[in-house]
Amino acid sequence: MKVLITEYLRINLDTEKWECRRCGHVHGDARDNYKRGLLVYDRDPREIHKPLLDTKMYSRTYSPDPTWCRILEYYCSSCGTLVEAEYLPPGHPPLYDIELDIDALKLQWKDREEVVEEVRGPDLAAEKVKHGRALHAQAHGHDHGHHGHKH
Amino acid sequence: MHDKISAEDQALLDKFLADNKMFLGPDPEIMRNHGVAPRSEAEEAILSKGFDAHRAHHIRGLVNAALSESFQMVNQMGAAPGAKWGDLVTAIYTANGNLAMIAPHGIITFAACAFYPIRFIIKNWMEDPTVGVKDGDGFIHNDARYGGVHNTDQSMMMPLYYKGELICWLSSTIHEGENGACEPGGLPAAAESKYDEGIKMSPFKVVENFQLKRDLVTFLQNSVRDPKLQLEDMKVKLHAVMRLRERIVAILDQFGREALIGTMRMHLEDTEVEVRRRIRELPDGTTRVLQFMDSSLRENIMQKISVAVTVKGDRMIMDFRGTAPQFLNRSVNTNLASFKAALATGLLQNIWPDLPHTMAVLSPIEVITDRNSIVDAEGEMPQAMSLMPLFKACVAWTIPMAKFNYSLPKKYSAIIASQYDQAATFIYGGLTQHGDVTGNFCGDINGMGQGARSHADGEHSVSPVFGFMADSGEHEINEEDTPIIRLGAQRLAKDRIGFGKYRGGMGYEQIATARGSGLWGFMTGCEGSKFPSAQGLFGGYSCPSYQLMKIKGINIFEELKKDPKIVEVFDIVKLMNERPIKGGKYSSNDMGMTFELCSDGEIYMICQGSGGGYGDVLERDPALVMKDVREDLLSPDLAREIYQVVFDDKTLVVDEEATVQLRAEARRQRLARGKPFDQFCKEWVTPEPPAHLPYLGSWDNPKEIYATTPMGQRVKMPADQIQGVFMPNPKDIAIMQLEGEVESLKAQLAACQGDASRRGNA
Repeated sequence: MKVLITEYLRINLDTEKWECRRCGHVHGDARDNYKRGLLVYDRDPREIHKPLLDTKMYSRTYSPDPTWCRILEYYCSSCGTLVEAEYLPPGHPPLYDIELDIDALKLQWKDREEVVEEVRGPDLAAEKVKHGRALHAQAHGHDHGHHGHKH
Repeated sequence: MHDKISAEDQALLDKFLADNKMFLGPDPEIMRNHGVAPRSEAEEAILSKGFDAHRAHHIRGLVNAALSESFQMVNQMGAAPGAKWGDLVTAIYTANGNLAMIAPHGIITFAACAFYPIRFIIKNWMEDPTVGVKDGDGFIHNDARYGGVHNTDQSMMMPLYYKGELICWLSSTIHEGENGACEPGGLPAAAESKYDEGIKMSPFKVVENFQLKRDLVTFLQNSVRDPKLQLEDMKVKLHAVMRLRERIVAILDQFGREALIGTMRMHLEDTEVEVRRRIRELPDGTTRVLQFMDSSLRENIMQKISVAVTVKGDRMIMDFRGTAPQFLNRSVNTNLASFKAALATGLLQNIWPDLPHTMAVLSPIEVITDRNSIVDAEGEMPQAMSLMPLFKACVAWTIPMAKFNYSLPKKYSAIIASQYDQAATFIYGGLTQHGDVTGNFCGDINGMGQGARSHADGEHSVSPVFGFMADSGEHEINEEDTPIIRLGAQRLAKDRIGFGKYRGGMGYEQIATARGSGLWGFMTGCEGSKFPSAQGLFGGYSCPSYQLMKIKGINIFEELKKDPKIVEVFDIVKLMNERPIKGGKYSSNDMGMTFELCSDGEIYMICQGSGGGYGDVLERDPALVMKDVREDLLSPDLAREIYQVVFDDKTLVVDEEATVQLRAEARRQRLARGKPFDQFCKEWVTPEPPAHLPYLGSWDNPKEIYATTPMGQRVKMPADQIQGVFMPNPKDIAIMQLEGEVESLKAQLAACQGDASRRGNA
């Protein structure tokens, strides 16, 4: 039985290991920090959020300040998938972000069927926004063509 | 001294102290408790007999309709810009002050903290012979220390008596804006103490016999910059609450008191039960996220918010220990009650949107903080810009809950990265073209980019982070009322994107100037100019940093008169890089700006931000990449460099095979440059924050809190003994630095003069 934990991580309950969901690579002990099985790279944030203003004219250019912010990129050591992008001040200890009780997880999944692809939930946040917009447009007498909602 | 006194003496002493309390300030007994209070006798009597769920559902529908109607009344009639956009709420509370139901389309946060002042009224004014509570009374309130998001929001609260019995409380709240603070518009980043925050209304009676008391209204009008707005919206809120009262009385007439009391209580208890059931479905364990705020809105200073969510059975604990200490003289603090209200909002908005909007969603969740931290600030500190930590609270759930929720065989909403979480709008104030004094803020705050979802890109400029929907306002109406002229609006900010397999929804540019006022100014209150604010998920990147751009010392209207084509298009990046208006002083600045005068035709430019991205950029469908290029949201260069897509420049047709190869090569490069985690940590982790970084909060140990000022002084405190941080005036620091430069230049000059003199003598 394997339990999906993120887009790129799953826990194999039988072996108690973290695994890559893209290539099946075993990252390490599920009772430990999965990051320990990954490769890490300290990325200058200006390489991702590139300066949009001329750096000769301005010091603030829509890029983060590399002396305040770094991006730690975590890669699967087998397939190179970017598993996490962690934004930290320079030198800050990486976060132990997922620490699950494996015994409880086993118990919880004892009677559940295995899920191999993410089960999507309804897109409720967006639906509520759209409903609210339609209501607002109707109340203010300017239906901006929102699918002709009439209540 | 007497160590022991008799029970009788103790009772006498307690009564004396209670009767002679010198100041009824914010009451920790009320303000630190976000739980639903136990059943009252009436509730117990009704529910213990058994209460039909279908009946409750019927009554709930009627109450919801009544709340919706009163919401619409305020929305239609409110004078405050916020009211017009939907930045308001109406709500109903049980007789003992539990928030039972919120208008379905209202701003949850407002109501999620308005039960605190109602509990204050119940505790202090109900039995007070000089105040009292009776039918027809109405109470006003805006001081967030007694419950509230911030002091711009004013509530009208009314008890509902039916046949002599207090059945429930009703409220209406609007983000009014102006409140007489040291800066116009109600959100003074310049406030250095609570006394700079403008009018402070602890809950007091302003309505008797369903009528406003004009003497008190006049006093309040004198305390703010917009007296007409103050009166008009007090009337609007009162009459909305009175309409709500009529509807509720009709329900009572038709179905009886037991039906309403039982429904409200059942609604609360059922919600709590459902929240616990959902918590039980999650895996046991702890997930964590760190949030970093890079500005106090007066200076750049890094504040950490540490979030750990622990699930154990049906218990959920949100632990914020290790968070930055509060500021003594900066306004970006929040008290705990306001912070919890924002947590309730975020939980409903991002995680469980289908749950009833009531305080019972947060009630079962335990919240742990360090006293005197920036999210649990106390004392004299200002909190006028509490929006900064509060918006962080709204999104605090998204990353850690995604890590709990992803595995579930049944989800209640989509997995989603963080929404953009900054108050990116112009706050303004001064004299209008009609000669009126005013101060408020623009509706652009309501268009924050949505975080990317696990199945789709985020929606552009979707909503405020604190509500499902609020309008971004009509610029034409704003231009009629104020001197603000929009040179650019609602144009999506190209290339400013939270990249990922799915990208965050983008924000829009806002370019504003003023015309026709002798005295006008703007302020902005956002973090994220150095450290990005909206976080990505599962390998998705955050949004970029955002800046405030200015073109000062010009008058765009004069320039356009001289040459109507001087600006080809009002696009921030083009304007700043090409500098088409000669003689202007172009600058790129932090997004936190205290009130600044704007002469006619000077230009101020900001952006709403992007939500965080989701997943690995190399997994983004090339077709989606090219769609963004075709829609002019993404530059071709970034399409290549970030997403590693090969395409023809002219036709934008993707070379699928070359793209696959390029991406495979990008993955190989990752493997080549990445280091094993343990080795990386040995090289990367420092024992404490870097010396150059003004840093507040814990580092490796949540029990030790660092406080570093921009001048470099650093102290380390135990987390349970946090002292607030007192910041030097940024202008004093600038003066000191300039004086240092002057001294240095003087010394150089003297040395030069000495050399010249020696050469002359030689």
